[in-house]
Amino acid sequence: MKYMKTATAFAAAALVLVSACTTPASTTPTTGAPAPEAPSETTPAATEGLRMTILPKNLGNPYFETSTKGAEAAAAEIGATTELVGPTDAAADAQVPYIETATQQKVDAIQISANDQTALCDAIKAAQAAGIKIVTFDSDAPGCRDLFINQATSEGIAKVLVEMAVEQAGGSGEIAVLSATANATNQNAWIEAMKTDLAANHPDIKLVDVVFGDDQDQKSFDETQALLQKYPNLKVIVAPTTVGIAAAARYISTSDAKGKVWVTGLGTPNDMRSFVEDGTVKEFALWNPEDLGYLTTFAAAALVKGEITGAEGDKFTAGKLGEYTVGADNTVLLGDPYRFNAENIADFNF
Amino acid sequence: MTATTVGYREYGRPRWQRILLTREMAIVGLLLLTLLVAGLAIPYFADRLTVYNLLRDMFATLIIALPMALVMITGDIDISVGSMVGLSCSVLGLLFSMGVPFELSMVLVLLMGAAGGLLNGALVAKIGLPALAVTIGTMALFRGIAVGLLGTSTVTGFPQGWTDLTKYEIGYTGIPFIIVVFLVLFAVFVYLLNFTPFGRGIYALGLNSEAAVFSGVNRDRTRIILFVLAGTMSALGGIYWTLLRGTARGDIGDGLELQVIAAVVLGGVSVFGGIGALYGVVAGVLLIGALSSALRLVGVTAEVIKIITGVLLIGSVVAASMITSFQNRRKKVTAAPSQTSVAEPAPSGE
Repeated sequence: MKYMKTATAFAAAALVLVSACTTPASTTPTTGAPAPEAPSETTPAATEGLRMTILPKNLGNPYFETSTKGAEAAAAEIGATTELVGPTDAAADAQVPYIETATQQKVDAIQISANDQTALCDAIKAAQAAGIKIVTFDSDAPGCRDLFINQATSEGIAKVLVEMAVEQAGGSGEIAVLSATANATNQNAWIEAMKTDLAANHPDIKLVDVVFGDDQDQKSFDETQALLQKYPNLKVIVAPTTVGIAAAARYISTSDAKGKVWVTGLGTPNDMRSFVEDGTVKEFALWNPEDLGYLTTFAAAALVKGEITGAEGDKFTAGKLGEYTVGADNTVLLGDPYRFNAENIADFNF
Repeated sequence: MTATTVGYREYGRPRWQRILLTREMAIVGLLLLTLLVAGLAIPYFADRLTVYNLLRDMFATLIIALPMALVMITGDIDISVGSMVGLSCSVLGLLFSMGVPFELSMVLVLLMGAAGGLLNGALVAKIGLPALAVTIGTMALFRGIAVGLLGTSTVTGFPQGWTDLTKYEIGYTGIPFIIVVFLVLFAVFVYLLNFTPFGRGIYALGLNSEAAVFSGVNRDRTRIILFVLAGTMSALGGIYWTLLRGTARGDIGDGLELQVIAAVVLGGVSVFGGIGALYGVVAGVLLIGALSSALRLVGVTAEVIKIITGVLLIGSVVAASMITSFQNRRKKVTAAPSQTSVAEPAPSGE
């Protein structure tokens, strides 16, 4: 009899539990439109109420919160609903259950920043087999997705780095590069492209040195100090790494060189905000995650509606960002990196 | 009624109550209730894809929970199973990438799992160290080797025939083929625990270790065998995980030990040993899996799922110990008065 009580207690607990769990469905950060009540049988109409799942590498990451903001803005324009889900850790296969859940929910598209190229492929293929369009953004899963929204190319990054350096040096003079590690593939490709661009188009700018802060704050800080001592006429330090640019700016902000030597490169607004505000940094660049999320949502919608198939040469319009063309390898390029300066930095939080 | 039935009335409850009103049955009931409520209330839960994904994702937990239950019934614990899963992934990947035939690689990995279990068992049984301390140590050891072996690299390209086997669905039922493998293992473990002297020795060790030894149970051998079984099943789980994801990574199975232990405890195995049944353990695993699946479908975040699982686990343990103390108190109270209350047949429930 007391066991009966236990069983009843368990049953009651389960009911409370499940009913408690069903309520958050309406309060989850989806944009309007309740989920359809009837399961499975009725496949959702093609364009009416597009349902998309956004699956970043992990939740609670300001970078992805910013990209989701853009995605939700785009979804509101299209009339789609989005649901943000994701793991709290970045283990290789932590995203798999979420892909499976979205497959069960028969959403129209999944936007995913892949934690791992290989561990997700099978789950993604199962989703595709169920008719779901897969768009990767930020981090690709080559070979198992319909479209990849690429935030930047090496050429684009090198180009904007050179432009900023030339502008901040005033068209002529000495500049130096503070890179990550000596064998960092990305940075080396960008530096090579910068050298080519400088030699061809800006002969008055002299790249005097490339030093390596190894993506360590203290080493980058020390290398900045050494650069200033070695090259008294230095005008600009270009740091194409988020760690390096913040360390260099921190050094310059408290030294006599402030206002004479400019720091630029690739950084995040949150790291660089104080240095832009105190005048150490004029301008730096990175892609705009908000635009990335916005474009990804439009691309996913275009795929679902059948406006594009993801083939090279397909064209679609992404709201305020304008028209995009699918490039080689089913990839869409967001555009040139976005420049952050005193005028716009307050708009960003990542 | 015959005399034998009267005997039951005197010493306990009717047979049907003893079968139905157990802690295991409470969990089975809770599982069925969860399935029912989720199936009715949550869109897309009652779907073959949900069943398929749920069973596939819980397979490793299911097969590791079997030996874990036995280990815990003797009063030991094995925290290293999740790390052994990761180590098995790494070693399988490494052997395969070195050109060892895949079937041979799998056999070697299973042997390695047994050896790891033997190490745990020997340290616990022969040296006399606490199982918790030993397996916390080997948890760190196995994981360290697992991650160290492959570093950041991954191994892919496992034989298609084997990877397909982990995904094969029986007809269009939503039941993955590998569940047959689990059922066979389940039958073997049930036989071992409930129908052999060895199994009775497992319970005896958990209830009273000294008494068990005096009545002829080989304590050291039993404990070592169980740790070897846990290691071997973990290796099998690692092989399965590698094939399912199609990629070998050292970080796979991170935190799996907690899921397994939680399910075993939830399923009615006493953390003090001596008590437990395997069908309850299976229900515990499926309950945790079904709850997670249902919660993900309604968009509950990973942290909240962990909180709910934790509360459920604590609730079940607290409920179990409260029932036990209540029973003990009742026994003391009813021992003093005359037989009237004892002989009274248990009234119907509620």
